[in-house]
Amino acid sequence: MATQAHGMGHAVKRKEDARFLRGKGTYIDDITLPGMLYLDIVRSPYAHARITAIHTEKALAIPGVLAVIMGRDLDRYGLAWMPTLMSDRQMVLPIDTVLYQAQEVAAVVATDRYTAADGVAAVEVDYEPLPAVVDPRAALRPDAPVLRQDRAQKTNHIWHWEVGDREATDRAFREAEVTVAQDLYIPRIHVSSIETCGCIARWDPVEGKLTLWMTTQAPHAIRTVVALVAGHLGLAEHKIRVIAPDIGGGFGGKVPVYPGYVLAVAASVLTGRPVKWIEDRMENLQADSFARDYHITAELAATKDGRLQALRVKTIADHGAFDAAANPSKFPAGLFSICTGSYDFRTAFAEVDGVYTNKPPGGIAYRCSFRVTEASYTIERMVDILAHELGIDPAEFRLRNFIRLDQFPYRSALGWTYDSGNYEAALRKAMERIGYWDLRREQAERRRRGELMGIGISSFTEIVGAGPSHTFDILGLKMFDSAEIRIHPTGKVVARFGTKSQGQGHETTYAQIIAHELGIPEDDIVVEEGDTDTAPYGLGTYASRSTPTAGAAGAVAARKILDKARKIAAYLLEAREDDLVWERGRFHVKGSPERAKTIQEIAFAAYTNHPPGLEAGLEAVAYYDPPNLTFPFGSYICVVDIDKGTGEVKIRRFVAVDDCGNIINPMIVEGQIHGGLTMGLAPALYEEITYDEHGNMLGGSFMDYLLPTAVETPRWETDKTVTPSPHHPLGAKGVGESATVGAPAAIANAVIDALWHLGVRHIDIPITPWKVWKVLRERGVTE
Amino acid sequence: MGYRVHVTVNGTPREAEVEARLLLVHFIREVLGLTGTHIGCDTTNCGACTVLLDGRPVKSCTVFAVQADGRDLMTVEGLARDGELHPIQEGFHERHGLQCGFCTPGMMMTAYALLQRTPAPTEEEIRWAIAGNLCRCTGYVNIVEAIRYAAEKLRGAPVTTGRGS
Ligand code: FES
Ligand code: FES
Repeated sequence: MATQAHGMGHAVKRKEDARFLRGKGTYIDDITLPGMLYLDIVRSPYAHARITAIHTEKALAIPGVLAVIMGRDLDRYGLAWMPTLMSDRQMVLPIDTVLYQAQEVAAVVATDRYTAADGVAAVEVDYEPLPAVVDPRAALRPDAPVLRQDRAQKTNHIWHWEVGDREATDRAFREAEVTVAQDLYIPRIHVSSIETCGCIARWDPVEGKLTLWMTTQAPHAIRTVVALVAGHLGLAEHKIRVIAPDIGGGFGGKVPVYPGYVLAVAASVLTGRPVKWIEDRMENLQADSFARDYHITAELAATKDGRLQALRVKTIADHGAFDAAANPSKFPAGLFSICTGSYDFRTAFAEVDGVYTNKPPGGIAYRCSFRVTEASYTIERMVDILAHELGIDPAEFRLRNFIRLDQFPYRSALGWTYDSGNYEAALRKAMERIGYWDLRREQAERRRRGELMGIGISSFTEIVGAGPSHTFDILGLKMFDSAEIRIHPTGKVVARFGTKSQGQGHETTYAQIIAHELGIPEDDIVVEEGDTDTAPYGLGTYASRSTPTAGAAGAVAARKILDKARKIAAYLLEAREDDLVWERGRFHVKGSPERAKTIQEIAFAAYTNHPPGLEAGLEAVAYYDPPNLTFPFGSYICVVDIDKGTGEVKIRRFVAVDDCGNIINPMIVEGQIHGGLTMGLAPALYEEITYDEHGNMLGGSFMDYLLPTAVETPRWETDKTVTPSPHHPLGAKGVGESATVGAPAAIANAVIDALWHLGVRHIDIPITPWKVWKVLRERGVTE
Repeated sequence: MGYRVHVTVNGTPREAEVEARLLLVHFIREVLGLTGTHIGCDTTNCGACTVLLDGRPVKSCTVFAVQADGRDLMTVEGLARDGELHPIQEGFHERHGLQCGFCTPGMMMTAYALLQRTPAPTEEEIRWAIAGNLCRCTGYVNIVEAIRYAAEKLRGAPVTTGRGS
C-alpha cells in the first residue's frame, strides 16, 4: 500500500499500537539492567507518630540485603527534605515524625524484590503515636495540634487565595430576588492508573552521570528539579538524563516527585549499581498524591425569572501533610476560578483556604486541568439546584444563561478570557440526540407510577493548554512546550516533543500534524518523546496541554521548515519564491503545475544541492508560548433509573456532545472522551478514599477502592460541534480530560433530578446505593 | 530455593529452578523474560497479569510458579503467529481498544479465552467476561467492539463497521 499523508481530521490508526499489541511495549518494570538492585520501602502504620528508634540489624543480616537507608542518612547530604512543586517542602524520609499513614520511613536495598520485601518486614521501627488531624475543618480550630513543626507559621493553615470582587458580589447577594446556597463535598479520590509508579536510577561514577528511567509525565521539569535540589552534590542538569519510557496511564498522578524516586537515586549513588523501585498497588493508593478533597459552600444569586447574577464560593481544600499540589505557581487553587462555568455572571467571588492534615500530600488534578473538575461540578450542581428551586427546566435555565455566541472572546467575572464557544449549539445537539422532551414526558409518567427516573445535564467549560508564560509557571519554569522536526535527506522525519504520552496517542497525532503541514506521509514520520537527552525542553503532558501547546509547536516548527523549503524549491525550479504555490507536499510554479518539486526532493536537495548562502539541512525547533489558554466545552445529558429496593443507580443513557475545536484524529478524540467519561463516572458513583478518625485509610486496594468495570460502564454516545480556537495555529483546543470534568455533575444531577420531588436537594458524590437507599428510607419510599 | 518447574510457554518447553514462593507473574516476566504480562495490583483485581494456563485464564499474580509445573502456558507473546497479528490483536487496533496499552495484554488473553468457549458472544457476555480486567484509559466501549470484531473475524463472518446496537 502506498503511503499517503492523511493529516488532520482523519481517523488514522495508531502507530504506537504495534508494540503494545504484541506485549513489546517497554514500561519501567520491563527494564532490567546488569547488576541491578531492588529497593523497597518501610512505611508508617500511623498517620501521626514520633519515631523513637529504627532497628535495622535483622534486616541487614538477611543475605542479599545491602543497605537500609534512613532519614538521618539522607540528612547528611541535605536530602531528607525535597521541595514540592508548590514551594512547600516534603520529607523524603522523616527524621523524627511521620505525618501520614504509609509515609516512607526507611528504604531497603537488596539483590531482588523478594529479598527487599523480606528486608522491609525485618526492619523494626518504634513509634510513639500522636493525635491525628483528619478533617481539614478541625485542623483550622485553634486547639488543633500543629502538624508542620518545621514551618515558621505555627498553624495548619497553608494559604488563603481569593479572586473576584468580594464587595460587588456581596452587594449582588444582598439585593438579589432569589438566592440558593449548598454545601458540596468533592471527596478525595485517586487516579489509579493501572501501571503504578516506579523508576530505575543508574548513577555512573565514571561519567558522573545520573540516568533516571521513571514514570513521569514531565521529564524535563523533573530533571531541572533534580538539578536544583541535588546540584550541591554535583548532579548538574547536563549530567542528568531522565527517560520516561512507555507509561501505563498517568492522569496527573505521575506529575509529582515521590520519595521513592529520590530514594532510588540515593541508593544508586550509595551502591554504585542501578536500583529499581516499583510501587505496589497498596503503596500507590495509600501514599501517592490524591485528587480533589474540596469542602465547598457555593451560592447563586438570580432574578425570579431565572437570570443568573452572582456566584460566591468558599472552599476548604485538604492538602494533606505537604502542599505538593501540581499547579501553576500563581494559582494555589489551580484553575478553580473557572467556576463561573459557561454562564454570563455580572459578578463573582471565590476563595479557597489550603489546609494541612495527616493524609498523603497532594493534590493532583485527576484527569483535569488543575481543579477545573471541582469548579465545573460546583457550578453545574448549583445551576441545577437553582433551576429546580425556581421550577424552570434545567435545560431551559441553561439556555437562558449561557454566554452567547456573540460575546466571544468573553471575559469572565473572574478574569479569564474564553477564546471561543457556542454553548447553546452543544446543548441543543445533546437534547436532540437524546430526545430530551420525550424523556421529560416519560419521566412524568414514571413518576406517577412511583418509579424513579432522572435526567441530568452538565454544560461545562474546560480550560486547558497551560499556559501563557505571563501567568503560568511551575517553580518558575514557564509553561511553553516544544517540537523539533528533522527531515532527513530521503524525506523521512524524526520529530521530538517536550511532552510525554501516557496513552494519548501522541505518536500518531503529532505525526498527523506534521503530515498536515508538510504533506509527508505519517508512516514516514517517527515521533519521539520523553528522553531529556534528545527531546527539546518542554513542560510535559498533563492538564490536556499536549495538543494546545506541543501540537502548536509542531505546526509552527513545520511552518518554519516550509519557509526554508520554499527557498530551496525556488532555487531548484529557478523561480521566484512568491511565484511558488504550495499544495500540501509539493511546490509548483504558479501557472505551470508540472514545474514542481516535492517536499522529498527538496529535502534531498537540502543536503546535496542547497542554494548558495543558505545553510544545509531541513529542520526546525519551535518553543510555543500560547497567547491564551483554550476553552473546550460540551453538554452532557445522562438518564438514570434508580432501583427503589437497593438504591442502585443505573445509567440508562449518556450522550456527550463535545467541542474541542478542530479535530486532528477523530478516533483518538472519541477514545479520549470514552476514557474521560469513565473517569467521570467513577467518582460520581464509586470512587472515594476515606479515613477513620486516626487517619487510617479505610481500604487500600482494588478490593475496596471501586473502579468501574465493563459491566458498570455504559455505552457512551458521543457527538460533537466544532468551534475552532481563534488563536491556536490549528484551531484545536485539547480534549483529554473534558469528559472527566463534565461527567460527574451530569450523573449527580440526574440522580437528584430523580429524587427532587421527594424533597432531596443534594447528595454528595460518590452516590453509592447505600446513600440513596438511606435517603429513600428516610422519605418512606422504601422499606 | 530449589523447585524445578517445567512449562510449555507459547509452544516452547522451558524449565527453571525457582523459589517456592515465586509468583507465576514474576516467573513469566523475570525468569522467562516475557514482559508483555503486566502487574497492576497484586490482588487479583485488575487482570493486567492474565495468562492462559492449560487454556484457562488465570491471574498470574495469585498463582505460584510451582503450580504451573507440567502445564501449558500462553501469554500475549503467543497470540501473533508467524508475524501475523491474531484477530483479537487486529480488533484492538482497528477499534481503538487500547490507549496506554498496559491493561491490553491481560484484556486480550481474557478475550481469547472467551472466544474459545463462546465464539459468538453477546455484548453482555463480553462485558461480563472482561469484568475482571480493569482499564483506566479506554472507557471499555471500544474494547467491547474490539472483541466483537475478533469474534466476527474468527467465525469467518464479514466484520461489520461501526457499532452494533
Ligand atoms: S496484577 Fe494480577 S490481577 Fe492485578
Ligand atoms: S489502555 Fe491504559 S489501562 Fe487500559
